[in-house]
Amino acid sequence: MANKDVIICRCEDITREMILECIEQGYQTIDDIKRVTRAGMGPCQGRTCRLLIAGELSRAFGVPMEEVLMPTFRPPTKPISMGALADAYEESKKGGGAE
Amino acid sequence: MIRDVEVLVIGGGPAGLCAAKAAADSGAHVLLLERDDTPGGQLVKQTHKFFGSERQFAGTRGFQIGEMLVDEINAHENIELMTDATVLGMYEDGIVTVLKDEKHLKLRPVKTIIATGAAEKFLTFPNNDLPGIYGAGAVQTLMNVGGVKPADKVVMVGAGNIGLIVSYQMLQAGVEVECVVEALPNIGGFLVHASKLRRAGVPILTRWTVKEAYGNGKLEGVILCQLDDKWQQIPGTEKDVPCDTLCLAVGLTPLAELAWQAGARCEYIRELSGHVPICDENLMTTVEGLYCAGDVSGIEEASSAMVEGRLAGYAVAVALGYDVENAQKEVDAAKAELVELRSGPMGGKIRAGIAKVEQKRGEA
Repeated sequence: MANKDVIICRCEDITREMILECIEQGYQTIDDIKRVTRAGMGPCQGRTCRLLIAGELSRAFGVPMEEVLMPTFRPPTKPISMGALADAYEESKKGGGAE
Repeated sequence: MIRDVEVLVIGGGPAGLCAAKAAADSGAHVLLLERDDTPGGQLVKQTHKFFGSERQFAGTRGFQIGEMLVDEINAHENIELMTDATVLGMYEDGIVTVLKDEKHLKLRPVKTIIATGAAEKFLTFPNNDLPGIYGAGAVQTLMNVGGVKPADKVVMVGAGNIGLIVSYQMLQAGVEVECVVEALPNIGGFLVHASKLRRAGVPILTRWTVKEAYGNGKLEGVILCQLDDKWQQIPGTEKDVPCDTLCLAVGLTPLAELAWQAGARCEYIRELSGHVPICDENLMTTVEGLYCAGDVSGIEEASSAMVEGRLAGYAVAVALGYDVENAQKEVDAAKAELVELRSGPMGGKIRAGIAKVEQKRGEA
C-alpha cells in the first residue's frame, strides 16, 4: 500500500509512512512520535490521530491496544491567544489575588 | 479572580442538559457550559424519531427533544447556561479554566459532571485527505443545520446507526447514495433504518472496505474491495465507484481528556470504543466529586446519554444533600432504566464493556 499517501495526522500532515519510519528507528510511544514528527500537536490536539498511532504501535510491537501507553493530557484543550492569558493575569493583579 | 460554582456541567448535549436539570430540580445551583453557540449537542441535527420508552421521549424527533430540554434549561432559575464557552483545563487542585469570548475564566466547582460526548473516528487509506471526504457528523451538520446539500453522489462507509440514518437523510435531500460499505459481516445498526435504505434501492455491502480514494485536487471516486475472514483485502475484487463525496461513519470515540487531566483513572475498553474514565455505579470517576455522563464514559445511543445525565445529576444532588429522599429515588429509577435500555441483543457490547469497567474498579 502507498503509505506515503495515507494521512494519519490531518492537522500536521503526517503520513503513515512517516509514523512507520519512526517505529523502525526505535521510537516506541505516542509521545516519542509526537516529539519527532509533531503528530498530535495541531489544533485538534491529537483527537483524530492518537488512536490511529496507537493502532500502528499495537500492530508493530504486537501489544494489545489496552497496553499502548497514552501521552499525558495537558491544558489547554484548544489554542488560546496570549492576549486572553495576559488579560486574565492583569485582571487577577487588579483583584489583589495572587491567582 | 476565581468564581465559586456549586455544580459545573461541561457539555450541553443530551447528557449535560439532563444532568443540569436533574441537579437543579433538586435545588442545586448549576453552571452549564457549552462549547458551541447553541446548546443541544448532536440532538440539534437529528431529524429522525427516537425509540425507547415514554420517559426517553420515544416517538419524538431528536431535534425536538433538544428544543424541549433547552427550553426547560433556559426557564430554570437554578441554571446558568454559558454558550461559546470551552473548558481549557482541569487541574488536580480542582480549578477549571474556561475560554469564553476570548476571556480566560477560572472556576472552582464543588461537583463537576463531564458530558463532553465523543469524536468521530477516521479511516486510513491512500488519499484519505482529499477534499470531499467527510465524517458523517459533518455531513449531517451541513444538511440539517446549515441547509446545504452536501454532495451529488456519495459513498457511505459504515452500516451502524449513524451511517444508515445519514444515508437516508441524504436521499431525502436529493443526494444519490451509491452504496453503503461495511467491513463487518453484518449490519450494525437497527434493521428499521437499514430497511428504509434497501427499499430505496441502496445496496449495503457487508465485508467490503475502501481500498483507496482518487481524484485530482478533489475526490472523483473510490476503489472498493472485499475483505476476507481475517480482514485482509481480497485481490481481484476491486470495484471503481465514481463519486464526489465519501462519508465516514466508522464509529465514535469518547472525549475523556478532561477526566484524564483532572487525574481520573482512564482505561482502554474496546467495547466502549476507546479510553474511558473508570466510574462507580453513580457515575463518579476515581476523583472525588468528578462525574461523567453520556458518550464520554462509553459510546451509546442518545437515549442512554439522557438517562446517564439524569443519574449523574441526581447523584450529585444526593451527595450535596439536596432533596435527598426524592433524588435517591430518581437515581435508582435511572439505574433501572439503563438496565432496561441495555437489555436487548443490541446492548450486548455495552454490557460487556460495563462489566470490564466494574472489573477494573475492583482491581483498583
